[in-house]
Amino acid sequence: MTSQLITTDVLVIGGGLAGERCAIEAAAAGQDTVILSLVPPRRSHSCAAQGGMQAALGNCVKAEGDSTDVHFKDTVRGSDWGADQEVARIFAEEAPIAVRELAHYGVPWTRVRGGKNTYFIKGESVEIDELLENDGLITHRDFGGTAKWRACYAAAGTGHAVLYAVDSQVVRLGITVRDRVEAISLVHDGRRCYGVVARCLRTGKHFCVLAKATVIATGGYGRIYGRYTTNATINYGTGAALALDTGIVPLGNMEAVQFHPTALSPSGILITEGCRGDGGYLLDKNLHRFMVNAEPEKQELASRDVVSRHMEQCIKDGRGVDSPNGSHLWLDIRHLGEKHLTTKLLEVFDICRDFAGINPAHELIPVRPTQHYSMGGVRVNKDGEAYGLAGLYAVGEAACWDMHGFNRLGGNSLAETLVAGRVVGARVAEYASLTTLHANTELAFAALAAAEARATALLKREGKGRSAYEIRDALGEIMIDKVGIFRNGADLKSAVDDIRALIDECSRVVLRHKGPGANPELAFALRLPGMLRLALTVAMGALARTESRGAHFRTDFPLRNDREWLSRTLARWQPKASAPSLSYEPVGLLDLPPGHRGYGSDERIEMQESIVQYNEAVSAGQVEAGRLATFEPFGSRLRPSQGGAR
Amino acid sequence: MSDKETTAPRRLRFEIFRFNPEDPESEPRIDAFEIDERPYMTLYMALNEIRETLDSGLQFDFACRSAICGSCGMMVNGRPALGCRTLTGDLPDIIRLHPLPAFKLIGDLSVDTGTWFREMAERTEAWIHEQQPFDKSAPEERMSDDIAQAIYEGDRCIECGCCVASCGVANLKPDFLAAAGLNRVARFMMDPRDKRDDADWFEVVASEQGVFGCVGMMACADVCPKDLPLLEVYAYLRRRALGSKFLRDS
Repeated sequence: MTSQLITTDVLVIGGGLAGERCAIEAAAAGQDTVILSLVPPRRSHSCAAQGGMQAALGNCVKAEGDSTDVHFKDTVRGSDWGADQEVARIFAEEAPIAVRELAHYGVPWTRVRGGKNTYFIKGESVEIDELLENDGLITHRDFGGTAKWRACYAAAGTGHAVLYAVDSQVVRLGITVRDRVEAISLVHDGRRCYGVVARCLRTGKHFCVLAKATVIATGGYGRIYGRYTTNATINYGTGAALALDTGIVPLGNMEAVQFHPTALSPSGILITEGCRGDGGYLLDKNLHRFMVNAEPEKQELASRDVVSRHMEQCIKDGRGVDSPNGSHLWLDIRHLGEKHLTTKLLEVFDICRDFAGINPAHELIPVRPTQHYSMGGVRVNKDGEAYGLAGLYAVGEAACWDMHGFNRLGGNSLAETLVAGRVVGARVAEYASLTTLHANTELAFAALAAAEARATALLKREGKGRSAYEIRDALGEIMIDKVGIFRNGADLKSAVDDIRALIDECSRVVLRHKGPGANPELAFALRLPGMLRLALTVAMGALARTESRGAHFRTDFPLRNDREWLSRTLARWQPKASAPSLSYEPVGLLDLPPGHRGYGSDERIEMQESIVQYNEAVSAGQVEAGRLATFEPFGSRLRPSQGGAR
Repeated sequence: MSDKETTAPRRLRFEIFRFNPEDPESEPRIDAFEIDERPYMTLYMALNEIRETLDSGLQFDFACRSAICGSCGMMVNGRPALGCRTLTGDLPDIIRLHPLPAFKLIGDLSVDTGTWFREMAERTEAWIHEQQPFDKSAPEERMSDDIAQAIYEGDRCIECGCCVASCGVANLKPDFLAAAGLNRVARFMMDPRDKRDDADWFEVVASEQGVFGCVGMMACADVCPKDLPLLEVYAYLRRRALGSKFLRDS
């Protein structure tokens, strides 16, 4: 029997990499830490990361000259200048430490083999002598949108290896993990967050966890795209929905949704970018390598948003391969050879065999761009603090920290989980050590009663409403058709109307199974309203943003517009409102001035003000928000020389 | 006409174990469901279709649906397998599904593997017992790629529990580490970053709960969805447990 009230110092919602790494930092600092997770932590979606983790170690020949500065610049270009550059800088500088720490935790990173190595680069087999003096150091593979080879990897199971190593530290530290638990609502009084109401997915019982600090680490919201996602079935965007429900905490850049170029068609299972990094090609129905003409410089290794658009255009132009499940293109990795495929890309080999019945050493892989990553999320500052509620933090894909802007580079998400876990975890521990627990039981039991009443009302409701699953499927079709890779005003308007209609229908959902216990249908019906609200936030943000930036592409506004849209969308859902309200903030201090990314279109609408003017405004805003220049160890060098931030 | 007959989908009959421990009125039973087979249908697709159209109380677990996360181990016609990658096309018209034995039942096909694996990790201290604390300014430590690959091979276990469910010993003795636990131990044993010595390892594996509990039926190796070399793992552990000192002297 679960107690109705649990107290702890630090509460982490989500047992994936970001949440676990954050919990480790807090627990190691002596804070009593509890992790809630939908699934046993090792089953979190972090385990599905395949190809690699970006960190500028510069250990192999093709990584020579790499540095955290080059990584920073790649990340900002990848973001199409939507990123907070201070955060991108923190990230790039911490990533090598995070990779070495993981080696310390036991990750079996693939290592440099000194001497002759054969690689496939831009369609040619190349022999490179790796330095003998670098033998045994962590090696790298190529990924999209990077100037150097930078992705550290363990075959195509990098996320799995990293998650197991990080979870082993969670076990070692004795951190309490409550698996099969879903957070239902945040307990807050409008100024401060006190914890959550959660629901046990074994018994169906609700309970409260009160903490000094609450960390949202629930991952992305890919499942609002129904089955058109590479994401696991558990990626509902729970944490983002919880934050939105407060009416106070904003979500950032929800319209920034990444499509991965190579998901297996039609199942949507991810095939790593490492395939192209290791020399794989994309082919159209005539077996033509269309990316060579489309992107002469980067070819298949332009950023994901750019490659996905070229692929969809190729299909629109009639060069897709027809199949009963719609058109697709081909990924060709046959030339890499069976030995390479069964070692460095083993997981890809297995997926092709198990889910498409093909041997990629001899056959082409059917692929199509598919929803993959949520750049948007709970808007937090550099320390991971959510805007608006003290004691609330967010990390990883659930957060908009915001190092990815409008397009994340491959391998940067895995690196973000560890870096943000370290950085934000330290802040969380510091905050918890300076705070006393406010066990506001009155507030907690009111929230608990509200959650229980909601579940009871759903169970009792009778009528002829649609099932929660039908509404989910309808939502997925709307999102892929109208809020997909190519967007336009008319489709987005229509999507907004459609989603609002679904929200209305959702209030009449009738359960068919009313039994006690976990009740999987009830569990799904409880999360569906949150998914619909996130979807509406994505669609409205996309409709309002009349430019194209990174993964957000408007055919009616095809240019990036730095004059009007060098900004981050903030969405809040006011209490009782029927839709989110949008506002905007600057992307942050500019270090690397907006320019050409090095791939994709070189046309854009230039900003009018100077970088100095832009940065002064940002600094003034930061000071106004009470942030001292001396408070932040990072990024101070990015401040404008004559700014008002001193 | 004949064309229509050849394209008519196969009718699949699922016989599924049902029991909800949270429902006082629930009795263990088998429920039958019939659905039409679709091309490349997996048990992931079939079970979701059953839940969404026929019985929305049906409990089962899937997460990644790509054979990576290890959530969906279940008994498929008497054999442990991952539901997500099992094609109905490889199965007869009648498909019998049971929860994995040896784990605590949560409901229907859902079992508590998380608790089992956490306890195993705690008992075997399945983490690197490092020589030194992490020093973020220290230069990177080297490792030969051959050793890294060998560790990765052992690290590939996804803790789905199929080997545990298939193991005659684990089903009789709840404290037996089973193949998943022993493979995890072997993975740390071969890792030069782990400072535990033979005497430490002896305590962990050289017992009835460890490698000497295995009676050699090796169903684990037959059912492992990741094709882990479990025969070699057991041989390696026996060798290390029995003769580490002896081998070093010879």
